[in-house]
Amino acid sequence: MNNVVENLQGVPLSHYIWLSTIIFSIGVVGVLTRRNAIVIFMSVELMLNAVNLLLTAFSVHSNDPSGQVFVFFIMALAAAEVAVGLSIIVMVYRNTKSIDINVLNRLKW
Amino acid sequence: MGTSVFYFVAALSILFSLMVIFSKNPIHSILYLILTFFTFTVHYVLLNAQFLAVVNFIVYMGAIMVLFLFVLMLLNLNKENEPNKSALLKIVGVIAGCCLIVTLIGSLKSVSLNDPLVLRNPNLGLVKNLGKELFGPFMLPFELSSILLLSAMVGAVLLTKKEGNI
Repeated sequence: MNNVVENLQGVPLSHYIWLSTIIFSIGVVGVLTRRNAIVIFMSVELMLNAVNLLLTAFSVHSNDPSGQVFVFFIMALAAAEVAVGLSIIVMVYRNTKSIDINVLNRLKW
Repeated sequence: MGTSVFYFVAALSILFSLMVIFSKNPIHSILYLILTFFTFTVHYVLLNAQFLAVVNFIVYMGAIMVLFLFVLMLLNLNKENEPNKSALLKIVGVIAGCCLIVTLIGSLKSVSLNDPLVLRNPNLGLVKNLGKELFGPFMLPFELSSILLLSAMVGAVLLTKKEGNI
């Protein structure tokens, strides 16, 4: 396994940064352009994953396992966030019969 | 071979994440999101972070995706109440995202990080090494995250209860 993986390395660190930037921006575009609450939630998951990948790449770059521990904590946080957020969406759907977020625009004031 | 595997998988992950936000049907979005997470697992394997690859596979592709699919099928969405934003707002959102990409990449251009990523310690991301780190200096955050998960579970149960039973 290690020999196979070592042959596949040598990608510059800046390319990992570019990949994470692009995927994070795709998540931002998803939050800005969609009105379905579940798709907005999935875009947030995309942003979290882009950050996870970048943390892992920097952890390998600086030879420090703390970065991968942080990624593990972010995954635990994402699981908790998804559970609470999806239950909020279910409650909103039960009250308004829709998951359009524009129904909730009175929360602004 | 060499580094071309990384570029192939990176192109796949960008393509699938674009399909997540641009597909009309939310079920298709979730299926494309599963494929995106699978490409991220491949990225972790390429970085030799095997523990994170397994955790990503189990937690994201197993637990979170099942939760998304289950809620989406529970909600019984029809075609007529599928919300849609106006075209102007979509174009503005895409332009804002492109501006974000250009700004971030342009600001990172000045920092030259072009040295190739080489794994100096081959068992950096293995379970043994990460376990020593997790139960050594990160003991307190690890235990606190269990309280976080417990409170999230209690909160989810409390929120989805029918009113009047509380």
